[in-house]
Amino acid sequence: MEYILDVRALSMDFGGLRALENVDLCIRQGEIAALIGPNGAGKTTLFNCLTGIYQPTAGTIILYPPKTKSKQLNGLKINAIAKLGMARTFQNIRLFGGMTVLENVMVGRHCRSGAGLLGAIFRPPTTRNEEKEIVRKSYTILEYMGLAQQVNELARNLPYGAQRRLEIARALATDPLLLLLDEPAAGMNPQETNELDSLISQLQKDFQLSILLIEHDMKLVMNLAQNIFVLDYGKEIARGTPQEVRNHPAVIKAYLGEEEGPDAEIGQC
Amino acid sequence: MNFFWDLFLGGLTRGSIYALIALGYTMVYGILQLINFAHGEIYMIGAFTALIVASVLTMKGMTGLSVLMVAGVVAVLYSAAYGFTVEKIAYKPLRQASRLSPLISAIGMSIFLQNYVMLAQTSDFLPFPNLIPPSDFLDSISHLIGPSDFIIILTSAIVMISLSLLLKFTKMGKAMRATAQDQQMALLAGVNINRVISITFIIGSSLAALGGILIASHVGRINFYIGFNAGIKAFTAAVLGGIGSIPGAMLGALALGMAESFGTGYISSDYESVFAFAFLILILIFKPDGILGRSSQQKV
Amino acid sequence: MAFWDDHPSKKSKSVFHMKFTEEIKRSIYVALWLMLLTFPIIVIKVNTIDNVIIWRWSNIAGIGLASFLLSFFWQLYLRKKAPEKGVAMEKESFFRRLLENPKIYRPALIIIASCALVFPFIASHYQINVMTTALIYIMLGLGLNIEVGLAGLLDLGYVAFYAVGAYSYALLNYHFGLGFWILLPAGALLAALFGILVGLPVLRLSGDYLAIVTLAFAEILRLVLENWNDFSFGPSGISNIPRPGLFGIPLTPEQSAVYLYFILIALCLLTIFVIYRLQHSRIGRAWVAMREDELACQAMGIDKTKAKLAAFALGATWAGMAGVLFAAKTTFINPASFTFLESAMILAIVVLGGMGSILGVITAALAIILLPEYLRVFSDYRMILFGAALILVMIFRPGGLMAEKRRQYQFHHTDIEDKT
Repeated sequence: MEYILDVRALSMDFGGLRALENVDLCIRQGEIAALIGPNGAGKTTLFNCLTGIYQPTAGTIILYPPKTKSKQLNGLKINAIAKLGMARTFQNIRLFGGMTVLENVMVGRHCRSGAGLLGAIFRPPTTRNEEKEIVRKSYTILEYMGLAQQVNELARNLPYGAQRRLEIARALATDPLLLLLDEPAAGMNPQETNELDSLISQLQKDFQLSILLIEHDMKLVMNLAQNIFVLDYGKEIARGTPQEVRNHPAVIKAYLGEEEGPDAEIGQC
Repeated sequence: MNFFWDLFLGGLTRGSIYALIALGYTMVYGILQLINFAHGEIYMIGAFTALIVASVLTMKGMTGLSVLMVAGVVAVLYSAAYGFTVEKIAYKPLRQASRLSPLISAIGMSIFLQNYVMLAQTSDFLPFPNLIPPSDFLDSISHLIGPSDFIIILTSAIVMISLSLLLKFTKMGKAMRATAQDQQMALLAGVNINRVISITFIIGSSLAALGGILIASHVGRINFYIGFNAGIKAFTAAVLGGIGSIPGAMLGALALGMAESFGTGYISSDYESVFAFAFLILILIFKPDGILGRSSQQKV
Repeated sequence: MAFWDDHPSKKSKSVFHMKFTEEIKRSIYVALWLMLLTFPIIVIKVNTIDNVIIWRWSNIAGIGLASFLLSFFWQLYLRKKAPEKGVAMEKESFFRRLLENPKIYRPALIIIASCALVFPFIASHYQINVMTTALIYIMLGLGLNIEVGLAGLLDLGYVAFYAVGAYSYALLNYHFGLGFWILLPAGALLAALFGILVGLPVLRLSGDYLAIVTLAFAEILRLVLENWNDFSFGPSGISNIPRPGLFGIPLTPEQSAVYLYFILIALCLLTIFVIYRLQHSRIGRAWVAMREDELACQAMGIDKTKAKLAAFALGATWAGMAGVLFAAKTTFINPASFTFLESAMILAIVVLGGMGSILGVITAALAIILLPEYLRVFSDYRMILFGAALILVMIFRPGGLMAEKRRQYQFHHTDIEDKT
């Protein structure tokens, strides 16, 4: 199986604080992977390193787009990384509140279109067609996500669950290779979580996406993920299939603080 | 003494005055994220009030140190009151508004106060008496450092040390620092935000007024426009040092004063302000948050 | 005393009475405070040149009365505002709905257009000049609006681009004899280049740092223009700048003024058109997203440096054009026209107009330029009234005179259907 993302020896320091230490992570193409760990383990920090918000102190992040050359991501600007195919949602929803639902998704299409100042002012046929295409594609995504009814609503007026779906829709609009979801089920009730479960599986199939999610909802994680990475205090403490991780003593200790059992084998990627 | 020493001293003097004004800018910015454009005018009003009080006292026959004391104290008190009032009128109603509205209001207040003084007094330059009384001590060191420069540097140093101590050790100082860091939390912790804001303006205005009086005595004349130039430079100094940071304001002011002094001394005096501004741009290109500024790490 | 002893109507009447007493008491305090505060400067006029002190006691009475009344009415206003917040919102959207109603704005536009076309033929030379100045400020306001209103960049040094345009025209004409029509785009281009040069190092600075650095650049430019006599002729400026030519036909100053007026009308319309197009484009969306959440917009692939640079350069281009027009209009320029106060005024126009609102900016520009003309009797008090007006408008309408709801993209299904 081919990889889509390979992270080696990633470390992240903030002054004297070591938030991530020597983290290895790899995601196979088309796979749903999960990143779990207690609060403060460094999961969102890892996301931020992957997407360029932080420049890692050490280590490499390499993206392997299918059919093209591999690209090293650490050191690139945030928007360059997004353009290469890494899209994300945020732990605290960061929608463009004053823009409509459709406009939010249209912004996602920005990196897949090219009209500049001259195009904006003169509106040649290429620009007009491009704009039409942006609207069409955005609307299609909204239909897929079940948000088509609220197309002209202001994003900030949507109910919480719809906002989370809109953030995913916006990320989808960037035509990503790898979708990074930061606690997508946070604040959702069991029914919404089930819907999210189906949605993520659908996304994986319909868009041939690789997905990496941070989650605390273990049921969701165990259901969806094919590969799980466990972080604690910035270090990897376990990895493997849901079955392997579920019974891993280090994982149990990290979450529940019990006695450590015999060391388990850490799976190789 | 030699040329270098003169320039150094000049830089120190300038820096001291800029520091007194810059502290007001940085403290207000730290709490309200507002560029108080009217702050320079408080500096100017301090000088004018001192002139008015000193003139009245001299006319009634007072002389010497008592004139300085009374005029100085009255002027500082008045400027503090002006600062307090300006905040209540032009900024308090806009605390909930976007960033730009208080800025425009500040610019409006600046224009208003300039013209207020100009219309009520005069647009001419008015001579300002040297308020520093002769003293043997000052005479004895006058070959090293002029009495005016000495008083300015000494006063600034004392004031800045006092302010630092106040902020660090008193209850109000802690409240001010807390409000600057996180207003919501401070409110929840029981800090009276309105009072903290008022005190901040009062302290900042007092310092600016002090600077105004000292420099007026040093230079020998004032007019309604001096607040604008000094204000821009002082604000530049505050930004240079990292806006919102008190030691930054002091450091930035000193650095700016030096840059100006040496620039005018060695290169050209026509381009005095250019050195200040160019220095700022250079520093910000390499340190985008100012010398001591802390870049706010975004919580994602 | 039992609860039924308090007669309801009697109670409410006394409460009502007390409420007013509170206001009066507070107004008296305010008046006393302000009288005390302004006493030295207002009452004691010092003249240290001639060593004279004049005591003007009557002034203080004026201050007392004025502050009492203002405070009193301000408190009444506050009392009125609080419970009726809902009504205030209604009022706003009523006005807006009025403007958006085609039955209203179409005839209104026709009337305004006809007035604008007829104006120069019925107005005096002086009035045409004033109107032309207003049009230049409309262009400046709309140009700065691209930076501040659309892209959210706080630029306090906008006047620098204005100066670049004006001085380009004056100097290139002086040295190379080039005419207005060549130098209009040239000035705009030079201003744009200057904008890019300044923008590159500066645009990565955050909001308030950007503001002070743009101010610094503008001041440096002004000081250089003032002192580098060999280059810019210093404080005495450049004169005899030619007016725009009309195929070489010689024009009297009066005809020239009318000609310039129409050129400006055309350019303003062009400006409005360009801004409208920008608002509803890919880059317009990127700017709005950037204003909303800079981090999220980057995470969606938007290059914020490029977007900011585009806004900056575009804004500079417009100021450059306005500068050329200004030089052509006044035929004389010097550094004194390009102070920070100018930048502040243009910024005030944008903010007063309600950022991002084309109509608002136009209204604000007209108000700021035309009102002082019609209130000539107060000419000494122009600046102080301007300052006070800025404060007052911000307090009463912090969103600007015409706080515009950004016109969002309204989706209709026909947008994506192919028209076969």
